[in-house]
Amino acid sequence: MIRAIARVLEERTHAAPFGLKALRYLFPDHWSFLLGEVALYTFIVLVGTGTYLALFFHPSTAQVVYHGSYAPLDGMQMTEAYRSTVHLSLDVRAGLLMRQTHHWAADVFVAAIAVHLMRIVFTGAFRKPRELTYYVGLTILGLALLEGYLGYSLVDDLLSGMGLAIGYGVALSLPFIGANVAQLIWGGPVPGTADFWSRMYITHVFLLPLAIATLIAIHLALVASLHHTQFGGGRRSERRLVGLPALPSYAPRSLALMFTVFAVLFLLGGLVQINPIWLWGPYHVADGTNGAQPDWYLGWLIGALRLMPAFDVTILDYTVIPNPFWGGALFPSVVFGTLYAWPSIERRFSGDRVRHNLLDRPRDVRWRTATAAAFLSWVLLIFMAGSADRAYILFGWSYETQLQIYRVLVFVLPPVVFWLTLKICDELRRNEEVERHRHEAEDEARAAANRV
Amino acid sequence: MTRRRAELVVAALLVLAALCAAGFVAVYALDAIPDQTQYLGLALGAAFLCVAGALLVAGRHLVVTEDGESEYGHPSPETAERLVDIGDETVAGIRRRRLLTGAAAVATTAIGAALLAPVVSLGPVFDLAAMARTPWRRGRRLVDEEGNPVPASAIQPDEFLTAFPEGADPEEIGSPIILVRLDPASLRLPASRRSWAPGGIVGYSKVCTHAGCAIALYRAPLFQPAEQPPGLVCPCHYSTFDPATGGTVVFGPAGRALPQLPLRIDRQGNLRAGGTFSGPVGPSWWGVRRGRATS
Repeated sequence: MIRAIARVLEERTHAAPFGLKALRYLFPDHWSFLLGEVALYTFIVLVGTGTYLALFFHPSTAQVVYHGSYAPLDGMQMTEAYRSTVHLSLDVRAGLLMRQTHHWAADVFVAAIAVHLMRIVFTGAFRKPRELTYYVGLTILGLALLEGYLGYSLVDDLLSGMGLAIGYGVALSLPFIGANVAQLIWGGPVPGTADFWSRMYITHVFLLPLAIATLIAIHLALVASLHHTQFGGGRRSERRLVGLPALPSYAPRSLALMFTVFAVLFLLGGLVQINPIWLWGPYHVADGTNGAQPDWYLGWLIGALRLMPAFDVTILDYTVIPNPFWGGALFPSVVFGTLYAWPSIERRFSGDRVRHNLLDRPRDVRWRTATAAAFLSWVLLIFMAGSADRAYILFGWSYETQLQIYRVLVFVLPPVVFWLTLKICDELRRNEEVERHRHEAEDEARAAANRV
Repeated sequence: MTRRRAELVVAALLVLAALCAAGFVAVYALDAIPDQTQYLGLALGAAFLCVAGALLVAGRHLVVTEDGESEYGHPSPETAERLVDIGDETVAGIRRRRLLTGAAAVATTAIGAALLAPVVSLGPVFDLAAMARTPWRRGRRLVDEEGNPVPASAIQPDEFLTAFPEGADPEEIGSPIILVRLDPASLRLPASRRSWAPGGIVGYSKVCTHAGCAIALYRAPLFQPAEQPPGLVCPCHYSTFDPATGGTVVFGPAGRALPQLPLRIDRQGNLRAGGTFSGPVGPSWWGVRRGRATS
């Protein structure tokens, strides 16, 4: 049966050589190589659940009065976007499962990409010849952040509106062009025209998913064309790749991972509440709430906006660069700029222009590991500063004092982490050396005993 | 695990997955079970988990796990060279190459610009007048969220009230204001704003000048001598404005004062606007005046 199908297909496509290559593609075995796969499988869930949501969601800012099944909102003025989301959550069967799974998947998608990126940086997988793969992956991360932001903004609940207001503030703050750009995107001052919702919608459900899917395809094509990297040892070398072939060995494992990802996301979506928008209420320009937080992956930007002291560039009475620019535009540009430039920076400092197929163990390239760890600690600290308001509300810690501490730590902690990481790398290598000597001595002793 | 046993386990897991999936359909179809979302997620998640388990067992015990080896590929400069040759061959017949390259570049740029031009329709990109407009006019009555007039007596110390211009769109960024009542003796408004706060009631734009969130918090001291003075706080990044001094920034990242709205009390005892805001409403942008309050 399968043989017959294969024969018919081959006669119509001549694609068998390609198929043979695909089935015999080798996957080196290491747990950290699965992070990218987790992101890929999460993307499938995002497209599936998102399509289901789009069948019920109305991207409209028409003002309506709610008279649905959720009594606490009865009689409230809201947009059709918010009303339809409450409706699909509480009245459409399986609607809430799909919405919560979609939201969880978005959080996991960005998390998987971020951890995958750390693996790539710490093991030097971005080195020649795989720089393009790395740039494409980084771009996927950037687009995923924007995609997530648009996703929770579309709902038009209170948190959406506050997030969009901040987005507008950051857009306005761009030097020279800010006001014009913001007017272009929003169609006018915040909260924007009805057209703005159409723009967010088409971008969220079509333009960005298409761009991300295309980049994923390019990313995978590049990975396959150059083959996976691998850690050294055994018969693995710069020239020889050792790994499990897709069939028979690797595909069952990868598919098992895929179904595990599906399972975890739907279990989360069913059992763990996320973004209960009916509790936040609809957004109005005049409304806000204390302790409001975005999804985790925008926490670093909130932190940067909070940390930045009151500093605007001004000439006489005129504003040149308003404050949100520093935390909302410059900071992410520095982070992404550094990441994009990293392969070039490293090449300049190391003078290393050779092709690499073997990965570095982080301890073996101590200066890169230390730099990356310091950079990571800097971003993580700013990320944590974003939660200062929650710490204030939960523990009563003075918000002002927290900020002062963070403002000092962002300068102190990265150098400390850098130094500490160097020491840890050295220590790990020294221990290995000691182990190796001990083994050699034991072997010698054993050999000597045998001779006797 | 023996092969025979592994086969049985895989089959059992797949049957279990089918049962879970059937359970999902049952919960969905019945639609009478409380906590439906939870059971739906549980059923679907369990079904996927069983399939994952089956695949794992199959991958470990039923298929061969054997490393394969292959050589990494090499770049092929010769092939790249041939690609370039083909390109050269294509343009070999063209003599005035620079002229044509220049003309093509001009055409590409012009057509690109033409295709981009309609983007301008998206918004009033060159007309920023809308950003300075607010519905507030001298004599305009203040109304609350329900649209009722706001009597001055409704503003109590230690509380704030949100008000809008009567008959205007409350969803406009220039509409909402925040009203608080301070001890008139504690006011230190600029000289030009002496008459803006009848009975100690001050009104400010409710939209933060930092990033445009609503000023939703009012810090009212319980014991004035020991605590921080009253402050209007934005919950987004904790910019704090002093209502007693004309909305000046006392903490946080905001770069300019909250625009103040002059108030007066009409004969019915209701609040009305005595003019328009002291400065532009909402987050700052390039070129906006800071409107430093001079006393």
